[in-house]
Amino acid sequence: MKIADQVTSAFQVNERGYYGPYGGAFIPEMLYPNVEELRENYLTIMADPSFQAEFEYLLRDYVGRPTPLYLAERLSEVYNTKIYLKREDLCHTGAHKVNNTIGQILLAKRLGKNKIVAETGAGQHGVATATVCALMGIECIVYMGEIDIERQAPNVARMKMLGAEVRPATSGSRTLKDATNEAMRHWINNPVDTHYIIGSVVGPHPYPDMVARFQSVISEEIRNQLAEKTGSELPDYVIACVGGGSNAAGAFYHFLNDASVKLVAAEAAGMGVESGHSAATTFLGKPGVLHGSRSILMQTEDGQVVEPFSISAGLDYPGIGPMHANLATSGRGIFKAITDEEALASGFQLAKLEGIIPALESAHALACLKTLNASPDEVVVVNLSGRGDKDLATYMKYL
Amino acid sequence: MNRITQLFQQQSQKLLNVYFTAGYPQLNDTRTILKNLQEAGADLVEIGMPYSDPVADGETIQASNQRALENGMSLKVLFSQLEGMRDEIHVPVLLMGYINPVLQFGVEAFCQKCQEVGVDGLILPDIPADVYEEEFKPTFEKYGLLNIFLITPQTTEKRILYIDEVSQGFIYMVSSASITGAKTGISAEQEAYFDRIANLNLKNPRLIGFGISDNQSFEQASKNANGAIIGSAFIKAISQGSDLPSTIQTFVQGIKGPVTII
Repeated sequence: MKIADQVTSAFQVNERGYYGPYGGAFIPEMLYPNVEELRENYLTIMADPSFQAEFEYLLRDYVGRPTPLYLAERLSEVYNTKIYLKREDLCHTGAHKVNNTIGQILLAKRLGKNKIVAETGAGQHGVATATVCALMGIECIVYMGEIDIERQAPNVARMKMLGAEVRPATSGSRTLKDATNEAMRHWINNPVDTHYIIGSVVGPHPYPDMVARFQSVISEEIRNQLAEKTGSELPDYVIACVGGGSNAAGAFYHFLNDASVKLVAAEAAGMGVESGHSAATTFLGKPGVLHGSRSILMQTEDGQVVEPFSISAGLDYPGIGPMHANLATSGRGIFKAITDEEALASGFQLAKLEGIIPALESAHALACLKTLNASPDEVVVVNLSGRGDKDLATYMKYL
Repeated sequence: MNRITQLFQQQSQKLLNVYFTAGYPQLNDTRTILKNLQEAGADLVEIGMPYSDPVADGETIQASNQRALENGMSLKVLFSQLEGMRDEIHVPVLLMGYINPVLQFGVEAFCQKCQEVGVDGLILPDIPADVYEEEFKPTFEKYGLLNIFLITPQTTEKRILYIDEVSQGFIYMVSSASITGAKTGISAEQEAYFDRIANLNLKNPRLIGFGISDNQSFEQASKNANGAIIGSAFIKAISQGSDLPSTIQTFVQGIKGPVTII
């Protein structure tokens, strides 16, 4: 469990914060000092042995890493291939999000910050942030879209129990995009003592790179675990869902330069890519700037951000991280659009075949299995980014 | 010479720059507001290009952006409304907004349009100075547009000097660490910041914005700068008043005192 070293490749961030044409730091001057402070320090802090030791200790003893890589035999039988599930749903707090929040809270402490602000969609990142703030005794404010507060009530309750203040974002679509706007505004208003824990590989440089590095523990473990189980570190496919894209960035990270590994990203097509109710960014979006970086963005002809739609709050975001935008346009990543209906079916299928209720986000990744046509001896890894307890109310509607 | 540069060179009084959102309260109010601001005595006018996600702005300006978009405002509509404005408008006009709509319009096409209708400068807060220098500067300069940068109390002296070097026109001093409309009034701490910047002897003049809402804050802010910028307070005023010309007249006179007819 080591934080990824600087890797030079066409798919990694360059020294100026770009992934191919995407990335950078498009921020108002009010945020410049904060982001610059982070940019100047994050690599040094992350490389510090005492930081790494503390990060590794907490991931192991607090989060419960390494998470298992589980050969899902009954699921494999259905798709006639070898399917392994990377069980990020077994992390403390129920999703991969905690890998990043542990890393960022340690970083914030070393930067001398004593307050945390965060945004959340499904509530997984909010819960993970509230958790590490409780652990460290740091004040925590989480912005969450008003609509998401309604549809993710259990996570709202968890955040409150952990001592965080949950503030509703009431502007725009009242979902993740607007929660992100509000968290950025809060940071503008509180630049000195506050660190903003962004939950995905989005935002101005260095956030996408920093979050990807904290999450890269996932792909590092997959390699080690596959070597033990199959004799080869390399699978044929790695599948992960992409909203902003943090679990996918973590699952893909150590395979980016292994051309034989097909990296499959599942986007939320909502009611269908062309339905007008979708969040399938790479299918519907074009290059643009949102929340501090240049990436692919769902927008009108006039450059206004389009409100996305997905049954899954965690995927309900109109953009993707710049790393993924580069994977999509370069062809290194295979992007698939998965409808609400397909995701639900895959969620139910996993529950019945393997006794695992996946988060609706992860159910999108599982839904890619039917499109792969993998052969029986191929190895497929699905990153099960989170557990489905939070989505029970939604699942129940379709039982 | 660019109208902004000329204005500061000939400056004899504290300057008032007023911001309003294009297409608000009604789609076709843009020219009426512009003309009435000039008549009431605004020295510069900043026209906001509405955006769905204006992160540096507070509730008031965001709501006006939202409403303007619902009214049907877009860059194309705005440029058509500004066509021929120089027949009647002599004050410097700036466009203020976020980079994404400009990128979709096309940077070159946008700058060309600005020049055609007689826009003098731009304020695009999500282009930091270094990104501007690397990516946008040649195009902006080709069309005679001055790009105005912001500084805040947290901007380091080294960066202020850099921004001063890259800037033309004026520097937009954000009065406190905040989004627009978040705080009102000027504190002693802010005065110390204004003083500190005044003592840096920058080559560019300075206007202070954010938190300026009345005559007192305008006067205080202008003591250590060339003038001040008002946005949220003006948006609030015009959203309440039904008669735009008299609302604008009253508002500007309230900030600046009665206009001197030259």
